Amino acid sequence: MTLAVAKTAARAIGLECRGMTKIFGSLVALDDVSITVKPGAFHALLGENGAGKSTLVKCIMGFYQPTRGQLLVNGAEARIDTPAAARDAGIGMVYQHFTLVPCLTVAENMVISRGDLPAVIDWKAEKAALAAFMERMPFRVPLEAPVANLAAGEKQKLEILKQLYLDQRFLILDEPTSVLTPAEADEILGLVRDMAARGDITVLMITHKFREVTAFADSVSVLRRGLYVGGGAVSDMTTDQMSRLMIGETKVRKSAARLADVVSDTKVELNALYVDDSDGMPAVEALDLKIAGGEIVGIAGVSGNGQSELVEAISGQRPLKDGRIFINGRPFDATRKDYDTFKVFGLPEEPLKNATVRRMSVAENIAFRSFDKPPMAGLGWWLRPSEMRRKATDLIASYRVKTPSPDTPIENLSGGNVQRAVLARELSGDVRVLVVANPCFGLDFASVAEIRAQIIDQRNKGAAVLLVSEDLDEVLELSDRIAVMSGGRITYVVPAAEADRNTIGKHMAGHA
Amino acid sequence: MEQAQSAPMPRLLANPRWKAVAETVAIPVIALVTAAIVFSGFLLFLGKNPLQFFALVWQGGFGSAFSLQNTLQRAAPLILTGLAFAIPAIIGLTMIGAEGALVLGGFAAAALAVPLVAAGSPPMLMLVLTAGMAMCTGAALIMIVGWLRHGRQVNETIASLLLTYIAIATMNFFVEGLLRDPASANKPSTVPIGKDYMIGPIPGTEVHWGFAAGLVLAVLLWLLMSRTTFGFAARVTGGNPRAAQAQGLPVGMLILACSAISGACAGLAGFYEVTAIHGQANASLVAGFGFTGILVSFLARHNPLAIVIVAILFGAIEASGGLIQRRMDLPDATAAVLQGLIFVILLASETLQGRIALFQPASDKRA
Repeated sequence: MTLAVAKTAARAIGLECRGMTKIFGSLVALDDVSITVKPGAFHALLGENGAGKSTLVKCIMGFYQPTRGQLLVNGAEARIDTPAAARDAGIGMVYQHFTLVPCLTVAENMVISRGDLPAVIDWKAEKAALAAFMERMPFRVPLEAPVANLAAGEKQKLEILKQLYLDQRFLILDEPTSVLTPAEADEILGLVRDMAARGDITVLMITHKFREVTAFADSVSVLRRGLYVGGGAVSDMTTDQMSRLMIGETKVRKSAARLADVVSDTKVELNALYVDDSDGMPAVEALDLKIAGGEIVGIAGVSGNGQSELVEAISGQRPLKDGRIFINGRPFDATRKDYDTFKVFGLPEEPLKNATVRRMSVAENIAFRSFDKPPMAGLGWWLRPSEMRRKATDLIASYRVKTPSPDTPIENLSGGNVQRAVLARELSGDVRVLVVANPCFGLDFASVAEIRAQIIDQRNKGAAVLLVSEDLDEVLELSDRIAVMSGGRITYVVPAAEADRNTIGKHMAGHA
Repeated sequence: MEQAQSAPMPRLLANPRWKAVAETVAIPVIALVTAAIVFSGFLLFLGKNPLQFFALVWQGGFGSAFSLQNTLQRAAPLILTGLAFAIPAIIGLTMIGAEGALVLGGFAAAALAVPLVAAGSPPMLMLVLTAGMAMCTGAALIMIVGWLRHGRQVNETIASLLLTYIAIATMNFFVEGLLRDPASANKPSTVPIGKDYMIGPIPGTEVHWGFAAGLVLAVLLWLLMSRTTFGFAARVTGGNPRAAQAQGLPVGMLILACSAISGACAGLAGFYEVTAIHGQANASLVAGFGFTGILVSFLARHNPLAIVIVAILFGAIEASGGLIQRRMDLPDATAAVLQGLIFVILLASETLQGRIALFQPASDKRA
């Protein structure tokens, strides 16, 4: 091994952006950003959603052409105008979601990732070369295993190995841990850090998790609204400083105090639920869970363990194969009638995609829950658009939705404002049961704080809240009780006060 | 920045509502003009004068009282089949089965008419019963598609297309066998319902009542889709089925209801073809009205009121066909070439949606 490492040592690439600017129409996505990543560095790129991180990376990868600015690879100016040019320059990217072919083996996936495949592949020679390549690597994945059988952590390792196999010595990792358990994340980032420390590779990691920055990165750059706002050696900075750089002067709503003894007679019971996924395979099996009024039960788990199917079944987007949901002892079906009877509301992830109709106006979108009831509906079925607009105008004001007018199509609003419009619709009435799924996905800090405070508010008012989130920190912060979902089942339930990150992580990984 | 953007804009376009309307109108108009230009090139290639062509379309479609009535007559089935496509389109389904529903509806009306006429039923009663029959048959056919879509996740476009062939084959099966009028030697047909039982023209014109029915239905369906809770729920479902489900809207029932309306409109078109034009069911029912209706609906952007205008435009193109054939020595298929061009260019120009800066609301996405 020592020999092998020596053979590939000191091949890391340095990269420098000078005055990178990218303008889309009237939007300045990236404004004169200069960043230097030294060879062998583990550099973190921090920023909120929409800060310009992905725009910068896409300019480096040749997906976008910067409006102005230079890119220097190992000190020499490089013109990268296509992804192929980036590959030739030794710059590779590991995307947030896997780019593997599940039905092929590890070896096949690695071979097909090459751009220069001959018409007839000499598999024997290729496999020998791959085996030799794996020998030199500090971590391995079984070459003959079908990718479908790999765990998420193994897949992520394979993605990284793939880049190394393609001889990419500058690795861009785009939020690489969002699909991993905490233990897998630590292992993989550790391996990557060690390779960087040996000078084999240079790493640029996009992230919004401070923990990963302080634990693994050695330098950091922070972007906010397209501007470079600060950075430097990680050892010189506190998490507090980084967070202030990321958020800026935006006022963040203080988290609402969690009231101690909320009195509520609401009781939700999920009783032996079975749900299939879109391929007809069981996704949720024999799931039992009770949620009391005035309580937030958070479901933690690695993405793809049945959480989204569970939420969809409760929200009427997917049939329940078996089992029943009871609210206050009475059976509940996901119909409009039962939503109204039991006052069930929902905050889905990515509201523009899941909770709104893009081309309908803000007023119409706000009316989804009430358009068929007086005063908006006369005679039971006749719409009253003026009532709709009046109600919307009130809610737009009280929930501070920034929109030119109630008649603007909702797709023209920013993510945070769409989310606020949905909050206005779902939370402005009397809420008894609230189903929340990844509520903060893709939102800026101020909006995240706002939504979390609203969820706590509803809990304090006596609502039974089911929170499903892939962000363990979010679950830990908001929940009164935490349930871990793995392989379609609840495998562990613990009161928040007694919750321990490591134990939860073990249950998330399915071995405990 | 906002002011700099909005200053050169016409005042009317300052309101986001009007901007959206302007965009909705502009895109089909751009498509029509582009298609006319491309088609002119085609005519020049054939050595014909494009200006003469468009002048003849005007003359043959709207030039005289006779040609105008001819146009409206031809527009009648197109309004109904256009509506048959538009209503499912609003709920997000691409159903192209209007041709089948028209044929099967018309056939069912003709088949029911035979015993009624033989029994000497009053003409009014016979017409009401056969119209109901045609609408129910068409509705049933498209509801099969709706059920397959919602209950079994079968692609509705393919299902409706295949059912159209089954519908046509079913009519042929009966017309050439069990229900064939022995007197129809060369062209197998059902027994004619007879002049006394046929629907006359709207008084003072030569346009049959199907045009009036189309007008009334267009207005009613426009009200239904834009002013009622049913229409609102349908638009939510069409815009985002997942959001509709999460709101507990009865998506399955909405789809079935829209399918039923669609089939009933097309079936009614078949009824008028039989009782106002042909007097019997035969292969003449398979005239492509159902498919032209798709084009009409797209050009009208699935707006029931706009469908009336577009259907009249297409009626004019068809009405002027004979004149163009005679004066310019162009084959009958010329009109089909023009229609096809319009459709392809229209589908392509749909991608302009949201890309014309003039129609975009002043963005505050960065804020």
